[in-house]
Amino acid sequence: MTPRLTRRRFIKSVIFSGAALSSGAGFYLASAQSRAAGGVERLISLNINGRTRRVDVMPQETLAHTLRYKLGLTGTKIGCNRGECGSCTVTINDVTHYSCSTLTHSVKGKEVMTIEGLRGADGTLHAVQQAFIDELSPQCGFCTPGQIMATVALLKTNPRPTRDEARQALSGNLCRCGAYDHYLNGVMRASGQLS
Amino acid sequence: MPAFDNMPDMELYQPVQIDDALALAARLADRGWLVGGGQDTYGWIKDRNKRPEALIDLNGIESLRGVRETENGIEIGALTTLTEVATNPIIMERYSLLSKAASVVASPQIRNAGTLAGNVAQDVRCWYYRRGLDCYRAGGNLCYADTPDAQNREHAIFEASRCVAVTPSDTAPALVALEAQMVITSSSGQRVVPAASFFVGPAINIESTTVLRDGEILTAVRIPAKWAGAEFYYEKVADRNVWDFALVSIAGAMRIEGGNIVDSSIVCGAVQCTPRRLTSVERAIQGRPRNEATATMVAGMASQGARPLNQNAYKMPLMDNLVTKLLTA
Repeated sequence: MTPRLTRRRFIKSVIFSGAALSSGAGFYLASAQSRAAGGVERLISLNINGRTRRVDVMPQETLAHTLRYKLGLTGTKIGCNRGECGSCTVTINDVTHYSCSTLTHSVKGKEVMTIEGLRGADGTLHAVQQAFIDELSPQCGFCTPGQIMATVALLKTNPRPTRDEARQALSGNLCRCGAYDHYLNGVMRASGQLS
Repeated sequence: MPAFDNMPDMELYQPVQIDDALALAARLADRGWLVGGGQDTYGWIKDRNKRPEALIDLNGIESLRGVRETENGIEIGALTTLTEVATNPIIMERYSLLSKAASVVASPQIRNAGTLAGNVAQDVRCWYYRRGLDCYRAGGNLCYADTPDAQNREHAIFEASRCVAVTPSDTAPALVALEAQMVITSSSGQRVVPAASFFVGPAINIESTTVLRDGEILTAVRIPAKWAGAEFYYEKVADRNVWDFALVSIAGAMRIEGGNIVDSSIVCGAVQCTPRRLTSVERAIQGRPRNEATATMVAGMASQGARPLNQNAYKMPLMDNLVTKLLTA
């Protein structure tokens, strides 16, 4: 079966072809120039979604930037880019972090999990993803990857949270559509507490 | 308006030994910037309002993590995250004031990254200052928050000296109430400063809220056994329950014997540039029961001497009411 040209694939291809032509490439080239010795090595290995990825990372680069613009993992969204909205939430060693406020160099040797890493090898959705679909949790969907990652981390440490515990665990993720209750329904379903 | 999504070009050092970090901090001095959780750091740098030449990422230094029991209390490593402080069994059992304070900082993700040392050393949240204006705190010669039509609802009602910004830390009032000791290390040695004198107001140093100097690193916080297992009360009042900084917070520790308060330590956050110890209230309630009558007796005492700005007089009754809640909870 040939891959369908979905809206997502189309946008991704435009982003990547654009990067090579536009001033974006100039930005990376310029910052690759000589720098004082003693700091971090730029070429590093990262463990992303269980795979080792070699990537060239600027010293001041954030994980959100690396994931989206170096590794093409655009499921992680950048909303505010200031640690105030939660749409860039990923898990690092099973703990939630704002990837926009994490230096990529600080996750060397740690396990980073993004929304792309949740799906099984055979394409089955993660229980939380399926539960969020079943409960119609997302409205516009922009904050959903972050909400799902926060839920996955919660259920790892607390497999049957109360609604209040879930509310607390998801409190670092804003939803401008205000679909909070639907997300909580999703958490309850994912933890087997809704029939 | 540029988007400022990326941080500008900088060097990054990731020492794994404290000695290497101290040598770097001494060598780079004001050109370097210490990073713990980085949750206060990256906004400053993305906005280009602070421009360090190099970041010193302390997260690789394992000796700065964790909670240890000492002869007289506990020692909390500087890099211990706020989540760890909030959920540590020893702190929850003996110093629940501090675990409660750490549990209400910002959001879960920020607590997962943010460190105890970073929380007390973070810069003030005055938006005029953080916008990059050339105010007193930024080395200029005026205050934008203390003008007739300024937005100063969140600013200071005590101890203003040119700058009217308040302490943003939720854990700082708890640490001052618990009479914590701050361990400050530099390449030339170590000094231990009581939490109450670790924080400094604008009259002493208008460009820094702590006594930390270039080349120094806050490496640990010691909590003496003095208040272990005392009666505690902590409350943070903010517009939102998550992310938001305190409008006023209160942290109190009380020893009660024979039904009366024999000793207490009560501190308010977000009313001045440093945590404000309510010594007059402490003296007045000594020897009296923790009840409504005592609360009525000290009504209005906490806010005495306040000099509110145009939009923050509400902080006076808020302080007084928090003292009432502390005494009647």
